Amino acid sequence: MDEFLLRALLAGLGVALVAGPLGAFVVWRRMAYFGDTLAHSALLGVALAYLLSIDLNLGVLITCVAVALILLALQRQQRLASDTLLGILAHTALSLGLVTLAFLETLRVDLMGFLFGDILAVGWRDVALIWAGGLVVLGALALLWRPLLAITVHEELAQVEGVPVVRVRLALTLLLAVVVALAMKVVGILLITSLLIIPAAAARRFSRTPEAMAALAALAGCLAVAGGLAGSLRLDTPAGPSVVVAAALLFALTGLVPRRG
Amino acid sequence: MSAPLLEAREVVLGFAGRRVLDRVGLVVNEGEIVTLIGPNGAGKSTLVRVLLGLIAPDAGHVARRPGLRVGYMPQRLAVDPVLPLTVRRFLRLAGRGIDAAALTAALREVGAEHVIDTPLQSVSGGELQRVMLARALLRRPQLLVLDEPVQGVDVTGQAELYRLIGELRARRGCGVLMVSHDLHLVMAATDHVVCLNTHVCCSGHPESVSRHPEYLRLFGPREAAALAVYTHHHDHVHGVDGHVHTVACRERGHG
Repeated sequence: MDEFLLRALLAGLGVALVAGPLGAFVVWRRMAYFGDTLAHSALLGVALAYLLSIDLNLGVLITCVAVALILLALQRQQRLASDTLLGILAHTALSLGLVTLAFLETLRVDLMGFLFGDILAVGWRDVALIWAGGLVVLGALALLWRPLLAITVHEELAQVEGVPVVRVRLALTLLLAVVVALAMKVVGILLITSLLIIPAAAARRFSRTPEAMAALAALAGCLAVAGGLAGSLRLDTPAGPSVVVAAALLFALTGLVPRRG
Repeated sequence: MSAPLLEAREVVLGFAGRRVLDRVGLVVNEGEIVTLIGPNGAGKSTLVRVLLGLIAPDAGHVARRPGLRVGYMPQRLAVDPVLPLTVRRFLRLAGRGIDAAALTAALREVGAEHVIDTPLQSVSGGELQRVMLARALLRRPQLLVLDEPVQGVDVTGQAELYRLIGELRARRGCGVLMVSHDLHLVMAATDHVVCLNTHVCCSGHPESVSRHPEYLRLFGPREAAALAVYTHHHDHVHGVDGHVHTVACRERGHG
């Protein structure tokens, strides 16, 4: 196997392994649009990182967290519905990112790479970052598993039972921001949400427990990455979108399998 | 007598300029069942949230006994079908270190052992209420807070659930605060009734509340006809809290 292909596969699998379980929460908590908003803000993070000459991933992380905090503040006014606020934030952040990048004339930025991913161009450093970051996210998810599930089922009940709801919710947001930063190179900011929700949705039919659904979502993500990369290589199609298409095919196939249990 | 489990005084809360709770007071003592009744929009669930510490009141005080263990049963539990969750798994969310034995014991206590491995989304309304009650019991509560515990349950089932709540109180000696909008079903199961319509209209023994003019005004003559049977014990209004008692209530007491 060519080394660039091995790197791509490792990077993709690393992202899929963490996007699966986290994506389960995105699906359970109906946060798909929220995930999309974080992903859209990532481009602004990239632009700011170039502007301030800081690490790209760090720039993305900080911007995502900032956008999440702004959203929280906006939600308190209770005049506009959350999906309206998300729409405003997502597209403002994306456009601000594009506008900021346009100001950086001297820089040649691979915009398509950021928007749709450039998994075949990842280096060993990226792979290491994805796996290290991914392990941290999975560890945090394991630690927070029960409180996260508890607030997903009923926030007020969880709070009465002593779960620090606001902190747990913030932690989930932070984990999502980390995954967005990690996944950007693989599928690009416009497609990150699909890696979160499609594998989780495909896993639902075969799961009787939340844990099984998280694990199966990780597996489905890995299959999509492998299948997408193979297809991309054979058919000479863009790798990021091919992975998403593979995930979608997998999801469609699960619809054909008779339901267990 | 020891200090009450829960005491609220002069609680005031407004949303968007509208007063939802107006100088509300309430006391729950050990081993006592207190029922909060009132029409829709009276602020019952809001008051429960304030008492649980989920919402901070604009004014007034809520005192819980230090270290009070509360078992809470929310009004509505709607788990999205996309989340695969059995009853067993739902109950284990009650806290760290809940073992299998405690879990089955709690389900047995509420008479819902048979649904332990059923997905939460496919149990019936009555079973769901019992499962939520079991989760509240897993906290080994000193105070049970039940928001409309018989919701979505047929009339026979409602009477059974109220009997169960009475039994739990007797067996565990815990205090119970519950919300209901149907006084005559809850009458036999409660020691004290607080009738809420933004402010406390009247409160006291269930019988006396059922004949109270404020109560009759709120619930209309049909409800009243079903209840106005006794004519004795006119002065039997337990004062919950002098501050919040309405003039009408005092008049009733003297009447």
